[in-house]
Amino acid sequence: MPALKDVKVKINAVKKTKQITKAMNMVASAKLRNAQARIERFRPYADKFYEMLGDLAKGADPSVHPLLEPHAEIKTVLLVVITSDRGLCGAFNNNITTMAQKLARKKAAEGKTVKVVCVGRKSRDSFRRSEFEIVQAYVNEMNAFDFTLATRIGAEVIGGYVGGTYDEVVMCFGKFISLARQEPTQLTVLPLSPEEQADAPKEAGGGLEYIYEPSVEGLLAELLPRFINVQLYRGLLDTSASEHAARMRSMDNATRNCDDLVSSLTLVYNKARQAAITKELMDIVGGSEALKG
Amino acid sequence: MAQLLLEIVTPDKLVLSHSVDYVGAPGLLGEFGILPNHIPFLSALGIGSLMYKMSGKNHFVFVSGGFAEVSGNKVTVLAEVAEKPEDIDVERARKAQERAKARLDKAQENIDFARAQAALQRSILRMKVRDAA
Repeated sequence: MPALKDVKVKINAVKKTKQITKAMNMVASAKLRNAQARIERFRPYADKFYEMLGDLAKGADPSVHPLLEPHAEIKTVLLVVITSDRGLCGAFNNNITTMAQKLARKKAAEGKTVKVVCVGRKSRDSFRRSEFEIVQAYVNEMNAFDFTLATRIGAEVIGGYVGGTYDEVVMCFGKFISLARQEPTQLTVLPLSPEEQADAPKEAGGGLEYIYEPSVEGLLAELLPRFINVQLYRGLLDTSASEHAARMRSMDNATRNCDDLVSSLTLVYNKARQAAITKELMDIVGGSEALKG
Repeated sequence: MAQLLLEIVTPDKLVLSHSVDYVGAPGLLGEFGILPNHIPFLSALGIGSLMYKMSGKNHFVFVSGGFAEVSGNKVTVLAEVAEKPEDIDVERARKAQERAKARLDKAQENIDFARAQAALQRSILRMKVRDAA
């Protein structure tokens, strides 16, 4: 039987841990609500954007803008890997980095050069140990980011693609499906594929001809780079929501584990106490028997 | 009289949605005005103040990096930044202006001239919108 005091100390320690995990759970759920609200607020912008671009790109041929044009030969692939900065959210970050690493290996095996832009500390840490070159790393940004972060990443991506440094850009992020489900997802950001734009919700523009100012080409030149930013921003928002959802779940599990642990430890404690009492009783009885002579 | 529904959307929120009588926007090729029953129209916007007239009063909104779409009697503005006068941080704008000016004055070769200029323009226009309100 373990000593009574040791068990007591252990029970207290587990209770303290439980307080922490419970607090983290609540913080995560509050943050998740925020993140979800941001996704909701972003939706009208994104929807409208897809719609506009869909209308415009329908008539345009791929050669009007360098971002629409796939490169003839794909030599260098850029991965944008988005994870969270902080751990304690189950396998969430690991799932993303594993998928990204696998993809990187696959591309490398096809003889392509793979470079990485890391967003989030976990992503950077994972790729720092690998053989792939990290072009840029954004660490400690996921906690409070806004559209400018997407713009900054976008600048690197677009500049590199137009300049011919990268021939393909793939984004790896944690797609937020529901509270219980977050899926590591990869999305080809560049070259832009017209099919993807085509599935954007079509509203009845009524076949009316728009007046464009400046020309369709000029507008595309303005819209396309922003479209990349919009995609990246969506990835960031989704990852952030997923992170909080994952943390909420894993903290919930941890809290429940603490409960289990406390109850099993209490059992041990009670048994030990009872054993001590019984032992003392035996001693007293034994003593008085001896005195009787 | 017919009215226009003006909606200004940024990545972070729906900035405003009002029925208005007139919208004046800073197009990339120059200012344009939209009255009800305008034909469908799509334009890129520059940096500047967007004006709308509602119940006889003029209101201004600072916009940067956006597009305006007119279809039916609806004007949708998609902007990366859109700030109503009461949301503009004057102190920040003034500091940005000083910084940009300082950078332009030094005019070293390695500075990003276009960026500094854009920053300067943004800060000036922000303050203008603020003052107009």
